[in-house]
Amino acid sequence: MRNTYIYGCAALLSVYVLFHSCQSEDAIRTAQYAVNGQKLYAAQCQNCHGAKGEGLGNLYPALTDSAFLLNHREQLACIIKNGLKDTITVHGQLFDGEMPPNPQLAPIEIAYVLTYVGNSFGNKMGIFTLEEINQALKACK
Amino acid sequence: MRIVSFLIGSWIIGAIAGCSNQETKTLPILGSREPITKAVDGKTLTDTLYHSIPEFKLLNQDSTFITNHTFDNGVYIANFFFTHCPSICPTMQRNLLKVYERYKGDERVRFLSHSIDFRHDSPSVLKRYADKLGVTNDQWQFVTGSKAEIYSLADAYMVYTKEDGDAPGGYDHSGYFLLVDKDKHIRGAYDGTNDAQVQLLLDELALLLKEYE
Repeated sequence: MRNTYIYGCAALLSVYVLFHSCQSEDAIRTAQYAVNGQKLYAAQCQNCHGAKGEGLGNLYPALTDSAFLLNHREQLACIIKNGLKDTITVHGQLFDGEMPPNPQLAPIEIAYVLTYVGNSFGNKMGIFTLEEINQALKACK
Repeated sequence: MRIVSFLIGSWIIGAIAGCSNQETKTLPILGSREPITKAVDGKTLTDTLYHSIPEFKLLNQDSTFITNHTFDNGVYIANFFFTHCPSICPTMQRNLLKVYERYKGDERVRFLSHSIDFRHDSPSVLKRYADKLGVTNDQWQFVTGSKAEIYSLADAYMVYTKEDGDAPGGYDHSGYFLLVDKDKHIRGAYDGTNDAQVQLLLDELALLLKEYE
């Protein structure tokens, strides 16, 4: 009876450890992507969008509008790759300037930078995987 | 015993530091200087001619001409940029905006941004840019002129500017803020993309304003 109890506890514990390690593996991968993305962000995006994603006046939109990012999740990779000419509304403000394209960025680099932006500045979008980015890039207009 | 000597030591250090803080620092006059000799009452006196910003007349964001006399009643901070500059300009203008916002309404401090893109940055383009940046009064002027005018002024401000097809956006330039006093002398130069340098500008601007109190 006592043994059964111990085995039961051990089984529960191993399930817990297994579950937890899986979860933290995802978290580690997200963190790795975000760290890589931070360097790319500083080099490619920060000048206009700011170190805290605050943007600049009505010239460059902030990256803190989580609703905008969530609603446009599928288009974000294309915007980074090909730039943007459309007028967009961010935090209720119209932005009609042009964003330059970044054709030099590889899909994995776009995954890094989006994972960084998507999990910084108050955003909680989880990881952008390479598969997701490749899928999104195929659908670019 | 040890504690006492430690205390005495720290008092001495504190006193020295306190004294040196009370010295009023004045900013240097930057640039080349040459001696000029003149005869006054039969005696030959030698004076120093300091580098200063020459006269200029440029179109601003409201399509009106401004001159160096627009800035006669105070000090100003000058820089060089262009509106579609993808490299250092946004960071530079973000930092200058912080200084502008701090001194907004204080007529002793003005701002002068020269566009080095004489082809694209017409007054209307500059106006739109200024509006979007959040500049709402004439304390911050955005100006355009001929290539010769702007680039020779850049030399006078000791800022590197060059039309360069290989540079991002087509122009290469340095992102310095130049602090200019009422006599058109350059009193400080600060890297507009570096937070510590921008803080130094704020400190030294306050110091320069004290000279006129």
